Amino acid sequence: MAKLILSLEGSMIREVALDKERIMIGRKPSNEIQIENLAVSGEHACIVTILNDSFLEDMGSTNGTLVNGNPIKKHILQNNDVIEIGKYKLKYVAEAPAAGHGNEDFEKTMILRAPSKAAAAAPKPANEPAPPPKPSTPPPTPRSVPPPAKPAEPAPASASASVPASAPAPAAVAPAKPADAQPLAAVQILSGPSAGKELDLVKNLTTLGKPGLQVAVITRRPQGYFITHVEGAKFPIINGKMIDAQAQPLQDHDVIELAGVKMEFFVKQ
Amino acid sequence: MNDLSNVIEITTATHPGMVRSHNEDSISADAATGLAVLADGMGGYNAGEVASGIAVAMISAELKKALAAANGELDAAAVERLVGEHAVRANNAIFQAAQNQAQYAGMGTTLVVALWHDNSLVVGHIGDSRLYRFRDNKLEQVTRDHSLLQEQIDSGLITKAQARHSQNKNLVTRAVGIDPEVETEVHSYPVQAGDIYLLCSDGLNDMVTDEDMELTLASLQANLPLAAAQLVQQANDNGGRDNVSVILARVLKSFPARSGLVDRLKSWFR
Repeated sequence: MAKLILSLEGSMIREVALDKERIMIGRKPSNEIQIENLAVSGEHACIVTILNDSFLEDMGSTNGTLVNGNPIKKHILQNNDVIEIGKYKLKYVAEAPAAGHGNEDFEKTMILRAPSKAAAAAPKPANEPAPPPKPSTPPPTPRSVPPPAKPAEPAPASASASVPASAPAPAAVAPAKPADAQPLAAVQILSGPSAGKELDLVKNLTTLGKPGLQVAVITRRPQGYFITHVEGAKFPIINGKMIDAQAQPLQDHDVIELAGVKMEFFVKQ
Repeated sequence: MNDLSNVIEITTATHPGMVRSHNEDSISADAATGLAVLADGMGGYNAGEVASGIAVAMISAELKKALAAANGELDAAAVERLVGEHAVRANNAIFQAAQNQAQYAGMGTTLVVALWHDNSLVVGHIGDSRLYRFRDNKLEQVTRDHSLLQEQIDSGLITKAQARHSQNKNLVTRAVGIDPEVETEVHSYPVQAGDIYLLCSDGLNDMVTDEDMELTLASLQANLPLAAAQLVQQANDNGGRDNVSVILARVLKSFPARSGLVDRLKSWFR
């Protein structure tokens, strides 16, 4: 389970587990996290937790809520985010994956079922494997989620059974962009009317040549730069040798011949 | 029935990805019928690929039969109904198999069906496998996922940009074969010559941004098989955390269903 670590000027005050679907932060005693400080509004912010996601929302506070230094109204919390309310800091720590439990199982697509439909399902065979454990907390019913557009639709909040509560939350994974790690490369035209011109390969895909006549593409991948034939009867020539339909890795200072134009591939820096 | 093999160019690619040991996606495409089906199975052991396999095999074979039997005499509403009906049949078959065999308990699958007919595209889907349209160098998502994340976006809880960081990407709210009944979302869209349609499992759109998919199709549209291979490769280069499947279909020219007497006469004199 995710938690918040409340601290003031570098010294930790307490830890709060996000074990409730809705946790209020503010100056009044009715808040789950009470911060008695005049810079904090009566009801300052709230955190709604749905399965493995926690959403922070500013409740229209006078002095605002910052996450990692930026003011927010609504924010989906990521591991190690630092929430600032007045002089107080709340660090959001997502649950670490349990040892021996890969992310793989968790990431598999799973179905959320409406209880009514699930109940209507015929009884399962007796030797069926044990169903995944039910969530230890009651099914979340956040007030901030309006019912979905179609009434027939199962409300996401009424999720039951099929969601394993014991599954570890994987560390936040935005799709990696390993291709960005490649040093910048460029091609310089060596012949023809545009000779001398340079083209930086800033995108993951750059096409070269004349559409309809001969086109090749240079792809930027974690393993380096590659050239591949796209269209035309003729294939590109690299250092005097014609390539086949396969992608061909490019080396610094390779000379490419395409649609009658010669150009040089080189790595910048 | 019209043979669309000169009208629609289809290419497919599927890969288990960099993490999973086996591929639970199933795909099928038939240019002559103008039909593409993609399913992303779920469930323990090998049940996921059983579910997606049943869905794709049943729907592609039986829809093809039904269309041939109708001999092109179908209006748009009838085709939409047909797609919905066959999704229901697949649902029943998978649900029954799951009930009767313990090793298949709980299996299910997402589904996206694309059927080109009379200058339009009928799309049926259940779950979070998607169909995109690439037209005028712009990529547009046509289907709306049946997923917790999509409902959170719709309710304004999170934005599309924030959704990329959600931990709940993998939760679908509808699937084939899980319950005795399922509702298929079916819509028709007018088709233009030059359109490219992309069907994919979430292994693609979770790993590759819509912008990168658009750039890939814009750069490589002259070579559809290369574009499909490139999309799969990008998903794998970005981590390949799930099975990734892609169907690309390009509409080469318009394809009205011949029905009127005048049309028939014209074709006879051609």
